[in-house]
Amino acid sequence: MSETYTVLETRGLSLWYSGFQALRDISLGIKSNQITAIIGPSGCGKSSYLRCFNRMNELITGARVGGKVLFHDEDVYSPEVDPTEIRYRIGMVFQKPNPFPKTVYENVAFGPRINGYDGDLDELVEGSLHRAALWDDVKDRLGESSAKLSGGQQQRLCIARALAVEPEVILMDEPCSALDPIATLAIEELMHELSQDYTIIIVTHNMQQAARVSDMAAFLMMGEDRAGFLVEYGPTEQLFTNPRDKRTEDYITGRFG
Amino acid sequence: MITGTDRNLGKRRRKGQVSHAIFLAATMVGIVALSFLLGDVARKGIGWLDWQFLTSLPSRFPERSGISSALWGSIWLIGLTALFSLTIGVGTAIYLEEYARRGWLTRAIQTNISNLAGVPSIVYGILGLAAFVRAMSLGRSVMAGALTMTLLILPIIIVASQEAIRAVPRPLRDASFALGATRWQTVRRVVLPAAAPGILTGIILALARALGEAAPLIMIGALMFVPFVPTSPLDQFSVLPIQIFNWTARPQPEFRLIAAAAIIVLLVVLLMMNAAAVLLRNKYQKRAEE
Repeated sequence: MSETYTVLETRGLSLWYSGFQALRDISLGIKSNQITAIIGPSGCGKSSYLRCFNRMNELITGARVGGKVLFHDEDVYSPEVDPTEIRYRIGMVFQKPNPFPKTVYENVAFGPRINGYDGDLDELVEGSLHRAALWDDVKDRLGESSAKLSGGQQQRLCIARALAVEPEVILMDEPCSALDPIATLAIEELMHELSQDYTIIIVTHNMQQAARVSDMAAFLMMGEDRAGFLVEYGPTEQLFTNPRDKRTEDYITGRFG
Repeated sequence: MITGTDRNLGKRRRKGQVSHAIFLAATMVGIVALSFLLGDVARKGIGWLDWQFLTSLPSRFPERSGISSALWGSIWLIGLTALFSLTIGVGTAIYLEEYARRGWLTRAIQTNISNLAGVPSIVYGILGLAAFVRAMSLGRSVMAGALTMTLLILPIIIVASQEAIRAVPRPLRDASFALGATRWQTVRRVVLPAAAPGILTGIILALARALGEAAPLIMIGALMFVPFVPTSPLDQFSVLPIQIFNWTARPQPEFRLIAAAAIIVLLVVLLMMNAAAVLLRNKYQKRAEE
């Protein structure tokens, strides 16, 4: 693996939804080609935090961000930056598989098409499906509706769709929460392979999953005022075996949450 | 023991039967009235309904009269109204749902649109007379009629389209945005295809209403007696409901019979439009699921 560096960073990041503060003062750096897990109890703002990286929060009326999100040391929220550019370079996979009601092929081709890709689309679609470990399942069904795939296949289709625009970072928002254990395992294996070429940030409420897949882990909690804040951030192994903070220890040993 | 516990069962069962009977009776009132009406129209009109009737112009003599000018007038009117109301209505719905900031102004517009749906059609006729016939000097043309009808059905189309657009699941939009799509790309490629069945249904039902309207067109001066078929948007015109109204007002009893025949034609056109709405919706729904 090549030298890792900090791809993404939040500095004093806060988030408000119409006056209600959802996140408070979160600072951490995401290393390239690693899998970073964001863990914490329900409602602590894990998903909201994830959606700050690709400016998805601004699609929600009344959302406001304070602090900075740096992508290659450039402020993602600076006025000169077009949010579509950020989302093009930072892909996202959602909690529930959300393929478009189109064919398998059209789902993967959607991103390249809207971004004006002028290479060989067939090749790109096939390559993306290969990288998402879905090609063998769907190579004879490219013209079929995405709705005919199983839940796990749909989620891998969504991953292939995200990969097709060739992002640097992939954000995954509890990508396995709607899947059965076997499909979950397949996605986790896939994440390992993808981390060779991509930086992955995954939100999960599943401790075992975080321990299994991630290199780094961030533990968020909800404050008295329900705003999420960062408790501890470090290498996953250290966070799980030798946490520095008492609250992290309580959480991972299952004393709350 | 299953039997024997007296829970007032007999009385409760009787109440159930009585309410069943009341609701059945309520339904039957509508069905009986409608079938009587349709039966009467069919009995009187069917004998006059032939190719000659469909292709002839109106005449002073009932046996020579036909509805070709009114039928073509209606087709022209609905065609133009569809064109205008589709573009303006769907455009407005997209703006309000996808682009407009949620604020007092948007809310005020929204409330106004909903209220406009309840304004009597004759009022639109007065507006059409002032705005299109006089101010824009379109005269008593199909164009003026179509613009008036557009105003009349716009609120219905906007509200139906908005509901269809709003029903598109948020995760689908999110998926599109997350791939770097702009708002327009998301609307064009994700939202509109998913909302199309609902929008189409709304439009066709609204057009069906426009097809049956006479009052606003009489207001703007659509003619009672039109011995020619309109060939351009600026021609004068009549429509089926006006023709029917005209014939029923004549003293000779035969005219009432050909009015019945014209009602049959109007009903057939309406049924065809409703069938088209259902077919289109099913087609798009199937395509969305494939």
